[in-house]
Amino acid sequence: MRKIRLIARLDIKGPNLIKGVHLEGLRVIGSPNVHALRYYQQGADELIYMDCVASLYGRNSLGDIVKSAAQDVFVPMTVGGGIRSVEDATYLLRSGADKVAVNTAAVANPRLISDIARRFGSQCMVLSIEAKHIGPDRWEVYTDNGREKTGLDVIAWVKQAVALGAGEILLTSVDREGTRKGFDVPMIRAVTQEVGVPVIASGGMGKPSDVLDAVLSGGADAVAMADILHYGRATIGDIRSAASAGGIEVRAYEPA
Amino acid sequence: MSRPDVAVMDYGMGNLLSVRRALEHCGAVVAVTADPAVLRSAPRVILPGVGAFANAVAELRRRGLDAVAREIAARGIPLMGICLGMQMLLDESEEFGFSKGLGLIPGRVVPVPAVTAQGQPQKIPHIGWNGLVYPRGRTSWAGTVLRDLKPLDAVYFVHSFMAQPADHGHRVADCLYGGVPIAAVIGRENVVGCQFHPEKSGAVGLQILRAFLYAESEVLGGA
Repeated sequence: MRKIRLIARLDIKGPNLIKGVHLEGLRVIGSPNVHALRYYQQGADELIYMDCVASLYGRNSLGDIVKSAAQDVFVPMTVGGGIRSVEDATYLLRSGADKVAVNTAAVANPRLISDIARRFGSQCMVLSIEAKHIGPDRWEVYTDNGREKTGLDVIAWVKQAVALGAGEILLTSVDREGTRKGFDVPMIRAVTQEVGVPVIASGGMGKPSDVLDAVLSGGADAVAMADILHYGRATIGDIRSAASAGGIEVRAYEPA
Repeated sequence: MSRPDVAVMDYGMGNLLSVRRALEHCGAVVAVTADPAVLRSAPRVILPGVGAFANAVAELRRRGLDAVAREIAARGIPLMGICLGMQMLLDESEEFGFSKGLGLIPGRVVPVPAVTAQGQPQKIPHIGWNGLVYPRGRTSWAGTVLRDLKPLDAVYFVHSFMAQPADHGHRVADCLYGGVPIAAVIGRENVVGCQFHPEKSGAVGLQILRAFLYAESEVLGGA
């Protein structure tokens, strides 16, 4: 059976690690890389860095944070926020990122997905989707950190993006994000049933056992967590134990 | 700069910063270079790689580094290929048609099977952490870069193609994906390849890099 990945998600604004609710009302948590190192040492399988303002203000401040993380974090890093071109992706990959996550620019220009996938391989091209529930079994794609409606249906967009070369989906529920109410399992299931690429469930993790819903009911391949880690409500180790106890296969990890 | 402990071959593709940082974390002085003279004089060489096989081989060739890699291998200098760098050690690849590799380990590169051993469809690429196991017939990793590991220690894979060494004895470690064995580490004397990314495999990956850097024996891939 496949091993489920436990991913620490770091939302960045300028030099700070931040956290909001519904991707808004952002609070400063601290230094991104102090937290990154802590989660790496706790046994996070991957890290995700998302710059939550880059796509609004057109700047790319993530490179330095990622470069500095690459000094002592030796697990894969996905980086997103403000990537508009193959050149932006190149810059971040050269800075130590292993994958780039694209949302706003991919909606505006779906060809960017193919361009990045062709240059670096699909495994590098993560489609980030911020979605809101709009009706029975219907979710809409948002961009610009959950602010802008697109009119796109999540399922249709996921299928199109995978056909264009997206190798992985980071699926964030704006409704659940920061609420600790658990994952939007029906949305996760709707997406995992439609596509063959790995899906990372994000948004809403309130307690370690929520992982079981995302994976066993939703079919997620990986779970991204932020709030639960940043506020110290659980460690990666706690979540790993809960996952194992619930029958999910995870990486064996013994903290040094 | 003092003489490097290890040179990382830079042929214009991929994430060399992470490889460099991981080696530095292990205490090595690292040169990331396309300079044949620096590569030839380094006591150890790493051939990294992400992307497509044909592109990578073309970029190596354009810089004359294919010949340098062969020469290094022939002189008995420890050479480690990582991910695509491992695949390039073989004779040829089926990725996007057909391309020739470096021919340092006999065999070819073929797609990761899209079905499990039970015939169920499985996701490609093979992405994520997977445990290393002994290939059929092997009972120890002594004398290889895996000497400090135990079976099922997990490392991080991202790939759609896999190495298929012609000689089963060149398989140092496998992992199982959907029950199908995938060559995770291959080796032939001083030439060794890791399909996974040791620089992204946490403490286990660093142990492998340390073994490569500080191996007393020049036999890294097993006999």
